[in-house]
Amino acid sequence: MIRLLPILAAAMFLASCRQDMHDQPRYKPLAASTFFADGRSARPIPAHTVAEDQLNGDDTVHTGWKNGEFDDTIPVPVTLSLLQRGQDRFDIFCSPCHGRLGDGHGMVAERGFHFPADLADDRSRRLPPGYIFQVITNGYGGMGDYGDQIPDVNDRWAVVAYLRALQLSRHATMDDVPTAQRAQLGAAQ
Amino acid sequence: MAQFFPRTANSIARFSLLGLVGAIACIAGGSYLIVESPYETRQGVPREQPIPFSHEHHAGDLGIDCRYCHTTVEDSSFANIPATKICMNCHSQMWAVAPVLEPLRESLRTGRSIAWTRVHDLPDFVYFNHSIHVHNGIGCSTCHGRVDKMPITWQAEPLRMQWCLDCHRNPARYVRPRDQVFNMAYQPPRNQDVVGAELVKEYHIQSLTSCSTCHR
Ligand code: HEC
Ligand code: HEC
Ligand code: HEC
Ligand code: HEC
Ligand code: HEC
Ligand code: HEC
Repeated sequence: MIRLLPILAAAMFLASCRQDMHDQPRYKPLAASTFFADGRSARPIPAHTVAEDQLNGDDTVHTGWKNGEFDDTIPVPVTLSLLQRGQDRFDIFCSPCHGRLGDGHGMVAERGFHFPADLADDRSRRLPPGYIFQVITNGYGGMGDYGDQIPDVNDRWAVVAYLRALQLSRHATMDDVPTAQRAQLGAAQ
Repeated sequence: MAQFFPRTANSIARFSLLGLVGAIACIAGGSYLIVESPYETRQGVPREQPIPFSHEHHAGDLGIDCRYCHTTVEDSSFANIPATKICMNCHSQMWAVAPVLEPLRESLRTGRSIAWTRVHDLPDFVYFNHSIHVHNGIGCSTCHGRVDKMPITWQAEPLRMQWCLDCHRNPARYVRPRDQVFNMAYQPPRNQDVVGAELVKEYHIQSLTSCSTCHR
C-alpha cells in the first residue's frame, strides 16, 4: 500500500494537467467547427433576415438614393461631432489609399496600388453626397466596398460629411478665414 | 546487541530531512517556473500562420490603423480577425500572383476561411472584453506590446491572472488619453501618477478586483 502512494501522488499530479475547464465544449467567436460543412462555428445570416437597424433599409439614409437619383444633400444632421467621427473613420478606412488629404497619395497607393483620383479635384467635388455614400457601401471600379467595415450608416454619412469638409479646406482662400484670425495665419507663415 | 547505526547516522538523518524539504521546494519551484515559463504561457513565442502575415509591414510601415482589420475592437468583447475580403481590398491588385498569398486566393475561390492560429487564448473560464478597456483608455500596446514591430505575431504579456490584477488594482499606472489608445509608440509621461489619477477620475474608472468580474 505504502509503495502505491507515490504512484497515486504522481497520478493526481498529472491529473491536474487536464485542461477540461480551459477548453470547454463551446465555441469562442470565429472558432473552427467540425460539425458544420463549411468548417465555421459562426453561421451565416439566413436570407431575408432583417436586423433591427435595417428596418427602413430602403430610405435615403440607408441607400443614398432619393426619388430615383443620388441625394445631393446629407440626410443626417451635420454637427461638429459627426465631422469629427467622420475624420476618425476616414483616417482609418480611406487614408491608406486616398491619403489623409484625400489627394490619392496614401501609403498603399505609393507602394503600387492603382492611384485613385484626387478626391478634391473638380469632378469629385461635384459628386453628390448620395453617390459617395453609395461608393462606400458598394465600392467602385478598383475600390472594394466598405459596407462591412463601416456597418453603421451614420458613420458612412459622417465620412461623406468629412470628405466635403476636406474638399472645402483644400480649396480654401484667405477670404474664408475670419478676419480676426487672418493676422495669426500670416504670423505662422 | 551491537549498535546497528553508527553515531553519524543521526546527522545523516537530519541532513536527509533537510534534503527532503529541499527536494519538495525544488519540485514546487521547478513546476512554478515551468508554469510561468514562455513554454506554458507562450509569451514571446511567434506562432506559425498559414500566411506569414506581418504587422510590422502593414501596421508599422504602411501605417494602417488596427481598426481597419480588427473592426469590432471598439464595440465588442472580441477584436475580430479580418475576413479574406478585407485583405483582398488591397491584394486583389498588389502581390496578386505572389505564391505566399496563395492561401488567400484559395480562400476567396472556395469560400472557406483561412485557419489562422490563435496567438492569445485565455482559458474558457475567464471573461475578457476589449471594448471596455479601449473605452477606458487602455492602449493596445499596454497588453499586446509593439505589435507594429512584429514580423510574425506573438503574445507579448503572460496573460496570467496576476498580470490582469496588477492593473485592475491600480489602473492609474496604465491609463492614457482615449485618443492615444491606438498609438503604438505612446510613451507614458513622466508624471504618469498625476495624469493617470486625473484620467481615472475623468473616465470614472473603478478598480475591479472581485472574482466575478472575470469569472462569470
Ligand atoms: C484599397 C484602396 C482604397 C481604399 C481603402 C479606399 N479607396 Fe476609394 N478608391 C480607390 C481607387 C483605386 C479608386 C478609383 C477606382 C477606379 O477608378 O477604378 C477609388 C475611388 C473612390 C471615389 C471616386 C468615385 C468616382 O466616381 O470617381 C470615391 C468617392 C472614393 N474612392 C471614396 C472612398 C472612401 C470614402 C473610402 C473610405 C471609406 C475609400 N474610398 C477607401 C481605392 C481605395
Ligand atoms: C491588414 C490587416 C491588419 C491590421 C492593420 C492589423 N492587424 Fe492584427 N491581425 C491581422 C491578422 C490577419 C491576424 C491573424 C494572424 C496573426 O495572428 O498574425 C492578426 C492578429 C492580431 C493579434 C493576435 C490575435 C490572436 O490570434 O490572438 C493581435 C494582438 C493583433 N493582431 C493586434 C493588432 C494591433 C494592435 C494592430 C494595430 C497596430 C493590428 N493588429 C493591425 C490583421 C491586421
Ligand atoms: C490596405 C492595404 C492592405 C491590406 C488590407 C492588406 N495588405 Fe498585405 N500588403 C499590402 C502592401 C502595400 C504590401 C507590400 C507591398 C510592397 O511593399 O511591395 C503587402 C504585403 C503583404 C505580404 C507580403 C509579405 C510582406 O509582408 O512583405 C503578405 C503575406 C500580406 N501582405 C498579407 C496580407 C494579409 C493576409 C492581409 C489580410 C489580413 C493583408 N495583407 C491585407 C497592403 C495591404
Ligand atoms: C487589457 C488588455 C488588452 C488590451 C488593452 C487590448 N487587448 Fe487584445 N487581447 C487581450 C486578451 C487578454 C486577448 C485574448 C482574449 C481571449 O483569449 O479570449 C486579446 C485578444 C486579441 C485579439 C484576438 C481576437 C480576440 O478578440 O480574441 C486581437 C485581434 C486583439 N486582441 C487586438 C487588440 C487591439 C487592436 C487592441 C487595441 C485597440 C487590443 N487588442 C487591446 C488583451 C488586450
Ligand atoms: C493595463 C490595465 C488592464 C489590464 C492589464 C487588464 N485590465 Fe481589465 N479593465 C481595466 C480597466 C481600466 C477596466 C475598466 C474599469 C471600469 O469600468 O471602471 C477594466 C475592466 C475589465 C472588465 C469589466 C468588463 C465589464 O463588462 O464589466 C473585465 C471583465 C476585465 N477588465 C477583464 C480583464 C482580464 C481578464 C484581464 C487579463 C487578461 C484584464 N482585464 C487586464 C484595465 C485592465
Ligand atoms: C481581472 C480578472 C480576474 C479577476 C478579478 C480574477 N481572476 Fe482568476 N483568473 C483570471 C485569468 C486571466 C485566469 C487564467 C490565467 C491563469 O491561469 O493565471 C484566472 C485563473 C484563475 C484560476 C485557475 C488557475 C489555474 O491555474 O488554472 C482560479 C482558481 C481563479 N482564477 C480564481 C480566482 C478567484 C478566487 C478570484 C477572486 C479573488 C479571481 N480569480 C479573480 C482573471 C481574473
